[in-house]
Amino acid sequence: MQSKKERVKIGRERLQRIIEMCKTVEERGLDPFLLDVDEIIRILREFFPDWEQPEDLCLDAEAINHLASVVKLQSEWVKHRSTSLYTDPFLLEEKIKILDKEAFVEAFLGAWRPIVELEQISLHSLREALIYWESLPPIRDRWKDFPRPEEIGGVASREELLRLEILRDKAFTEELESFWNELKRLVAEKGEEGKIRYWDFVGAETFEETVHRAFLTSFLVTYGYATLEVYPLEEEIFVKPFEKQQKRTGKRQLVSLPIAITREEWERWKRGGTEAI
Amino acid sequence: MSKRKAVYASKIKRAVHMLFYRRHKKPGVKGWELRKALGSDYPKVLNILDEYLKPLDLQVKMVFEEGEKPLSEKATLEDLDRARFYITLRGDLTPKEAKMIGWRIDDLAGLAITIAYIISKRGKAPRKEVEELLREKLPGWKASLNIDRYVRYGYIAQDEHEQLYLDWRTRAEVDQKALIDLLLSK
Repeated sequence: MQSKKERVKIGRERLQRIIEMCKTVEERGLDPFLLDVDEIIRILREFFPDWEQPEDLCLDAEAINHLASVVKLQSEWVKHRSTSLYTDPFLLEEKIKILDKEAFVEAFLGAWRPIVELEQISLHSLREALIYWESLPPIRDRWKDFPRPEEIGGVASREELLRLEILRDKAFTEELESFWNELKRLVAEKGEEGKIRYWDFVGAETFEETVHRAFLTSFLVTYGYATLEVYPLEEEIFVKPFEKQQKRTGKRQLVSLPIAITREEWERWKRGGTEAI
Repeated sequence: MSKRKAVYASKIKRAVHMLFYRRHKKPGVKGWELRKALGSDYPKVLNILDEYLKPLDLQVKMVFEEGEKPLSEKATLEDLDRARFYITLRGDLTPKEAKMIGWRIDDLAGLAITIAYIISKRGKAPRKEVEELLREKLPGWKASLNIDRYVRYGYIAQDEHEQLYLDWRTRAEVDQKALIDLLLSK
């Protein structure tokens, strides 16, 4: 006796086969009467009570949809056969083999009524074109209205960051270490399982401060003071501090993880408190 | 000339300009465009024009897009609005004349075979089969090139599964029933 699981597996395979057969008929223009529609319906009916998962029901619906297309093709096939346009392709193939080119051309010319069309410029269209050209402003006047292209990103030096007040004039390693200690303290206070949400850590009262914290965090990770845990499905990123600075072994492949720190994201975090990035 | 006659003469001129000169990517004019330019009596204008064209061996031809053919014999004004109108030859071309309008006898025979085969396969045939059929009479490289050419001209269309269909130019220029009858009677 078949178990339910086995039966579902067999049913899925049969449905896939039905879909493939229908697709072949649809796409390759095969005789749609090659398929036994009654038999296919019987199979669909037989397995229908076993479907519980949405994917199986979708598969069933897909099979019915393709079967409906085949039935439509059958109807068109019958209609075509009943018209005077119907010619047996084999008969025609034979004719093609027997007849010479001249006979074909003669037959075609008896049924061909080519379209008469002219392509010619007129005085009227020339006049219209000249009027348009005269009223058209020079390209330098038209193009100056275009918005300036966005500035391309580049690498900022430490001096530049100091000038922009993103970095403070404090020994960098000293600042980094105090930041690492702050991370460990925050994880101990607010974190769970030794980690804290990225935005809960980098988020600050002002946007400028947030950018500064994000900048330092990137160095914490790069220099082995902490690591990032990314959960793409939940769209969550956590920062996890190490107790001791980790040395790079050279065996593990390092990856870059770009995180956008935009004003919109920051405002969203401020509104939502702990909203993820 | 009476005022009525003068109005129709002017409308016929306008119709000739629209129908003979290509206005869009494809030749021909849609019924609604003619209605907009000539007024709601444009079918009458086209009938008169057709009479004028008869001695010149030309005709006004109305073609419905695929799947838009009216169910009843007599087309309504709405049906006509959706149709496309062309000026086509009324009678037959001789093989010599066909050559003069830029068709080689091989290419024309290939077109005839392609169209006839697609018709016999209920309006859809795999490109591979058509190529094999053309190779009976044409060199292999030419069979494929010719199909590309027929597609480019609008005689046949090709989908992503390499299936060939009859396209707008075949519907406008070829009397499909006459072609099959003529071929089978050979």
